[in-house]
Amino acid sequence: MTEHVIEVTGLRRRYGGGGSAAGAKKKGTGIAGAALGRKRGGDDGKGFEAVRGLDFSVRRGEVFALLGTNGAGKTSTVEVLEGLAAPTAGTVSVLGMDPLTDRAAVRPRIGIMLQEGGFPSDLTVTETARMWSGCVSEPRPIQEALEMVDMEDRASTRVKMLSGGERRRLDLAMALLGYPEVLFLDEPTTGLDPEARQQTWALIRRLRDSGTSIMLTTHYLDEAEKLADRLAIMHEGRIVHAGTPAEVTAAQPSRITFRLPAGVAPAHLPVSLRAAEYVDRIEIRTQNLQDDLAELLLWARQNGVVLDQLNARTASLEEAFLDIARQQPQYEGAL
Amino acid sequence: MSATTRQPSTDRPTTAPPAAGAPAAKRRMPDRTTLRRLSALSRAELTLLVRNRSALFGALLMPLLMVGFLLTLGDTLGLGDGNLSVAAVIGTSAIGMVLLMAVYSTLIPAYVGRREERVLKRLRTGEATDAEILTGTAVPAVLLALIQCAVLIGAGSAHPSLSAPARPDLLIIGVVLGMLMMVLMAIVTSAFTRTVESAQITALPLFLIAMMTSGMITQLDTLPDTVADIFRIMPFTPVMDLVRAGWLDAGGGDVTRALLLALAWTALAGYAVRRWFRWDPRQ
Ligand SMILES: Nc1ncnc2c1ncn2[C@@H]1O[C@H](COP(=O)(O)OP(=O)(O)OP(=O)(O)O)[C@@H](O)[C@H]1O
Ligand SMILES: [Mg+2]
Repeated sequence: MTEHVIEVTGLRRRYGGGGSAAGAKKKGTGIAGAALGRKRGGDDGKGFEAVRGLDFSVRRGEVFALLGTNGAGKTSTVEVLEGLAAPTAGTVSVLGMDPLTDRAAVRPRIGIMLQEGGFPSDLTVTETARMWSGCVSEPRPIQEALEMVDMEDRASTRVKMLSGGERRRLDLAMALLGYPEVLFLDEPTTGLDPEARQQTWALIRRLRDSGTSIMLTTHYLDEAEKLADRLAIMHEGRIVHAGTPAEVTAAQPSRITFRLPAGVAPAHLPVSLRAAEYVDRIEIRTQNLQDDLAELLLWARQNGVVLDQLNARTASLEEAFLDIARQQPQYEGAL
Repeated sequence: MSATTRQPSTDRPTTAPPAAGAPAAKRRMPDRTTLRRLSALSRAELTLLVRNRSALFGALLMPLLMVGFLLTLGDTLGLGDGNLSVAAVIGTSAIGMVLLMAVYSTLIPAYVGRREERVLKRLRTGEATDAEILTGTAVPAVLLALIQCAVLIGAGSAHPSLSAPARPDLLIIGVVLGMLMMVLMAIVTSAFTRTVESAQITALPLFLIAMMTSGMITQLDTLPDTVADIFRIMPFTPVMDLVRAGWLDAGGGDVTRALLLALAWTALAGYAVRRWFRWDPRQ
C-alpha cells in the first residue's frame, strides 16, 4: 500500500581513487552490492569511502530526517539521491527512476536545497527568483514563493546584502518554486534564528500535509524529533539507528549517574544494577529506569549512603546521538 | 520579522498554473523549454555584466581603445608592411580584438565568479542542462561582441581604403567559429583560475599568443616561412585567416585549411571543457 518515493539499496560512495563511478555502478547492483555492503574497513583502497552501504527508503508524504556527526556522509548520500553524483555501488531510485540517467524526468518533480549553494551576489532577490523561475517547467508565482519563507519584504535587496539566514530562506524558496513532489533539504535551518526556524518547521509541516515528501538532514535533534516521521542516524558512512523518533529513543538505555561517598566501593552496589565506574561518576544504563532507580534508592537508604549528584535521565534522541560518538564501530548494526 | 500567519498555498494548483508559464508545459517541447531557460539565465547574466564596471569596461571599451591605439600608431608599428593596407589590417584585427577581449577575457571571470559563489553548483540542481547553464553565462558577452563586430564591419566598409566584405559567408563563418572557440577556451581557462582577480593573469597566455601569431599586429607574409608556417597552425590564426579571407578576399592561405584548423581547435577546446571544467569550488 505504502508507496516509496525514495529507495536506496547498498549505496556506497567513494571519493578519489581510480574506479570510474559509472562503471562500478552497473556492476555493483543486486547481490554484489549487498555482499560488498558487509565488507569491513571502507578505505583500504585508494580514496575515501564516505558512504559505506546504506539501505533505506522514504515513503510518500513523510518527512525523513538524516542525522549524524560532521563528516558522517549525509551530504554525500543526499547528493547521489539528487542526481548530482553517481553511486560507487548500490542503487538509488527517486520516484521510481534513476536520478542520474533519468535526470530530465526526475528534476521537474523534485526540489533541492544544497548545504552550500549560492546565488549571484549582485542580483536582487526578485531577479534571482526570476532567473530560477525561468528554469522551472511549471513555476509557482515568485511572490508566493517569497511569502512562503517570509522574504517578500526583501524582494528588491541584493543577495550580497542578505544575512546568512535570509540567504538560506531564499535558497529554500527557490527549492519550492517548482511545486516539488519530493524535497531534498540539506541542513535547511542551519544559521536561522529561533523564530525563522519555527516558521520553517511550520512550512515543512504544511508541505508535508499537502502531500510533499521531504528528506532533510539536520544537526538539531529537537528539529528531527519534532518534524520527522522517521529518521536515520549515520556515523562514518553507515546507518547506526533508524526508525521513528520514538523507536530510536526507545532503543536507547536510560541513564542514572551519581557519586558514592569516599569509603563506599562501587562493588557494594547491588549486582543486578550493573553499574559502571568512571573517573567522575558511577553510571547505570538501564532499559527499566523506574525499577532500577527504586532499587538503587532503597539500597542507599538501607545502607545509609548519600548519593551525591544523583541524576536520572530517560532516554532521548540526544542520548542516542551522543552515544554514537562514544560507541566503537562494533556496536553498529543495532538496526 | 513580523509574525504574520500568512498561509500561502503549498499545493500545486490543479488547474493551469496562474503564472504566465506555458500552459501546455506538460507536453514538453525541448526547443522551447531550452530557449526559455537560456533566456532566463542570460537575462540574469546580462544584469550582472551591466552591474560589473570592470567587466563592462573590458567588454566594451577595451576593444575600442585597442583600435584607437592601432589607428594612431599603425604606421609606426609597420602594420602596412606586407600585402595588406594598414586600414585592412586594423579592420580585421579589430574583429580579433573584440573576440579576444569582449568574449574570451570577459567570460573567464564570469565563469570563475559563478563557480566560486556556488551558483553553477546550485543551478545544476535544477532542470537546466549543463550545456544550457554554460551557454547562458556566455550569451550576453557574445551578443555584445556580435554588435561590435557588426558596427566595425559597417564602419570599415565605409572607409575609403576598405570595401564591404568580399565573401560575407566566410566572414560569418570566421566570426561564429571564433566566438565558439573563445567561449570554450574561456570555460577551459576558468578551470585553471582560482579567483576572479587572477583571471587577468590566466587570460594572458592565449591572449598574447593570439595577438602575436594571428597576423593582428604583423602580417604573416613578412615573416620567415618556417615561422609563418608555425604561426598559421596556432589556435587563433585560422580564425583570423577566415576573417581576412571573408572581408578582404585575401586570406593569404588556403581557406579550407583554415576552416579545418579552426574546427579542430574548437573541437579540442570542447574536449578540454569536458576533461577539466569544474562546477564546484571544492575539487
Ligand atoms: N569532494 C570530496 N573529496 C574527498 N572527500 C570528501 C569530498 N566531499 C566530502 N568528503 C568527505 O566525505 C566525508 C563525508 O562528507 P559529507 O559532506 O557527506 O558529510 P556530512 O555528513 O554531510 O557532514 P556535515 O554534517 O559536516 O555536513 C567527510 O569525511 C568528507 O571529508
Ligand atoms: Mg553535510
